[in-house]
Amino acid sequence: MGILEKIFGKHWGVHPDDHKRPAADLPIKRLPVPPRVYVPLSQHVGALARPIVMVGQDVLKGQCIAEAQGNISSPVHASTSGRVVAIGEIPAPHPSGLPVQAITIASDMEDRWIECEPVADPFSLTPQEIAKRVAAAGIVGLGGATFPSAVKLALGLRSKIRTLIVNGSECEPYLSCDDRLMRDRAEGIIKGVRVILHATGAREAKVGIEDNKPEAIEAMRVAAASFKEITICPVPARYPMGSDRQLIVELTGKEVPSDARAADVGVIVHNVGTAYAVHEAIYHGRPLVSRVMTLNGGAVAQPGNYEVPIGTLVDDLFAFCGGLKGTADRFIMGGPMMGSVLPHLQVPVVKGTAGILALTAAEVAEREPDPCIRCGSCIRACPMGLLPLEMSAHIRADDLPGADDLGLRDCIACGCCAYVCPSHIPLVQYFYHAKGELSARQRAQLRQESSKKLVAARAERLERESREKAEAAARRKAERDAAKKAAAAAAAAEAATAPPSTATAIDGEPA
Amino acid sequence: MTTSALSETLVLPSPHAHGGSSVSRAMTRVQLALLPATLFGFWMFGWPGINIFVITIGSCLAAELLCQRLMQVRSSLGDGSAILTGWLLALSLPPWAPWWIGVLGGLIAIILGKQVFGGIGQNLFNPAMVARVALLVSFPVVMTQWVVPQPINTPSAPGFVDSLRITLSSPAVPDAIASASLLGHTKTEASRGIDLLHSLAAANAPAPSWAGLRAGSLGESASLLLLGGGLFLLLTGVITWHIPVAVLAGIALPALIGHAANPAHYLSAGVHLLSGASILGAFFIATDYVTSPNTTLGQLIFGFFVGLLTWIIRTWGGYPEGMAFAVLLMNAMTPVIDRFVKPRILGRTRAGKPLDIPEEKEA
Repeated sequence: MGILEKIFGKHWGVHPDDHKRPAADLPIKRLPVPPRVYVPLSQHVGALARPIVMVGQDVLKGQCIAEAQGNISSPVHASTSGRVVAIGEIPAPHPSGLPVQAITIASDMEDRWIECEPVADPFSLTPQEIAKRVAAAGIVGLGGATFPSAVKLALGLRSKIRTLIVNGSECEPYLSCDDRLMRDRAEGIIKGVRVILHATGAREAKVGIEDNKPEAIEAMRVAAASFKEITICPVPARYPMGSDRQLIVELTGKEVPSDARAADVGVIVHNVGTAYAVHEAIYHGRPLVSRVMTLNGGAVAQPGNYEVPIGTLVDDLFAFCGGLKGTADRFIMGGPMMGSVLPHLQVPVVKGTAGILALTAAEVAEREPDPCIRCGSCIRACPMGLLPLEMSAHIRADDLPGADDLGLRDCIACGCCAYVCPSHIPLVQYFYHAKGELSARQRAQLRQESSKKLVAARAERLERESREKAEAAARRKAERDAAKKAAAAAAAAEAATAPPSTATAIDGEPA
Repeated sequence: MTTSALSETLVLPSPHAHGGSSVSRAMTRVQLALLPATLFGFWMFGWPGINIFVITIGSCLAAELLCQRLMQVRSSLGDGSAILTGWLLALSLPPWAPWWIGVLGGLIAIILGKQVFGGIGQNLFNPAMVARVALLVSFPVVMTQWVVPQPINTPSAPGFVDSLRITLSSPAVPDAIASASLLGHTKTEASRGIDLLHSLAAANAPAPSWAGLRAGSLGESASLLLLGGGLFLLLTGVITWHIPVAVLAGIALPALIGHAANPAHYLSAGVHLLSGASILGAFFIATDYVTSPNTTLGQLIFGFFVGLLTWIIRTWGGYPEGMAFAVLLMNAMTPVIDRFVKPRILGRTRAGKPLDIPEEKEA
């Protein structure tokens, strides 16, 4: 970085030490079959998958064991062959460690695949057929968002997509699984990209790779050389370059409106891992049963990238990979900037797990927070153009609507603000808290409004009923009075002229 | 999993990494940046300057310690902010100022300028400037008693023992070494009806100089050294260019126009930039994090008006130097600027509305 750029350059984002090597320089290793896999039913955004196997049933690797339910959902598959031994709750790979529904499979150690249906020429399939196969393979966004990929493909068909952005930027420090995938399996990724292009109708694909991964850029350039619709675009290494909105601006110059989706500006973003999974699903007919993830951190004995069956316990992963050296201050699922702390190691890896980190206290560099000195570092670092210091001041004063007005909902929780904060204020925690509290308040308000509506409706109904009752009573009374009057009149008339009364009686007889 | 373990893991929010910056690191860098100009001031004005420097900082530290004891909060002496406040105040004092100026200044800066607002990060006004203005308004004679530079290695410079006498008993400054700053000289002459062309040409007129060998405050005059310190702060990312450039532009632009129109009445931009607290103020005082706006556009507005007000006060005001007043006035405007100047959020207009979804061109 030149002096001028240092003083006058663009400032959003941060440049953390990437810690990617040496893990990034070792080839991907395949993890052997663990004794048991614990496959959660919800590894994606959307509705829980519904189990379609029973305890005691034998399953093959790649067999669907729970199917998608609802529009936004994804099936899950057995990640090895064996017997289903339990369907029930296990601790979630989440800081809370709260239970999640999962299917436990005791491995038979044979790792036998189910019969797969490869497609020789994917371009003979219609986009709808491709989306259907992608959905059936249980593919979700592997960059960490875990949004069902088929839904995104279908979305692409509805809105006019011009550009497919393939996200290989991998801006989180420590993680190198995408880097490694691009180096080792570039051809598969490019094949997957071409399938996605076909499925979305996009005309061009731009693969964004941060310039700190020259080997990956080279490998992808070679693999994409004969396809002129695919461009490999090195982007400056700057966190969070891998965030959708930032990468779209960097590669296309388009800004996604805050209330819109990328598809609305003609762009769709898929991760390189997702592209590879699409390739596996279409060309080989294999569903998503394993993924490449990075094991890294100062307390890890053998950092590297491993292809791990979905549902493997983090503990088993460590056992195979040489365990720990030194003391880990905390275990993280994901990268250090946005990852979450694991409650313990008895949790499974899931589709969205890009890495498991064992960080030492020195790496985490946690400290007691000091008061804010309004230095503005967080404002310069924020990739969304927010005012983190102002928002946190409002949140501290419990003025959540005030924080909301400042753009709290636009916060992507990337952590840049807290990373640069000289006072070590846990800004992201403030924002998580406020977002949760705001949506809770909103839900409460909706509930309140709907119960208010119900109460009003009830009062209205009661009032109407009593009114109707009163009216009916009045009517009946009027009728009675009228009848009485008529009877009286009739009696009077009868008294006056007796014979017609007989005639009336005879007339009154039914014919 | 037990509840206690649950709450224990929940208080570990992301990110799980930190860039390594800290309040004390920023303060240390600012002090480092001030060091050359400070040492130059020590050399130029000798032992009395060193005395007042030590006394002022000591007073600030004592005041900070006292307040935090009384309020029973965690001591923040280690963050270096109280030292920096005292340092900046000392640099803006006359080098031969008596001891009680330093003590009183330190107490005003820390107690009235900072702690009554709630301590670091809470104050509305720059503490060092609050103290300087309070002293200047209360003790105008003592606060404008400038001396001719007598470098510490020259025979006429006061020795250490003499310096103690100067600082502790504050005798009248002998006429032989009393001097006026350039701004003070021209202001006095102008009030006697002598215009700039004549007052600057007079034999006793101080000359502006980049090196800073001129009468003035302890640490304001070495413009080049201060500029170097400022560049160091820019390069290490402690400050950004917006406020310093805007302040200097705010002084220089009206000075250029005025001087071009009537050189007999308006000092040149060069004289303005090299006099008084221009450089110190632009890089070290107006850039105070706590009391300046937090957006770049806000900082440009803030800085420009600090400069402009400085020029206005120097040109038409009752005081020869206006930087401290200008900074305080704009400190008061900072919340207003921050209220109305906000950065544009990605995907939104400046007004905060979502951007329009672009129309498909071929459709």
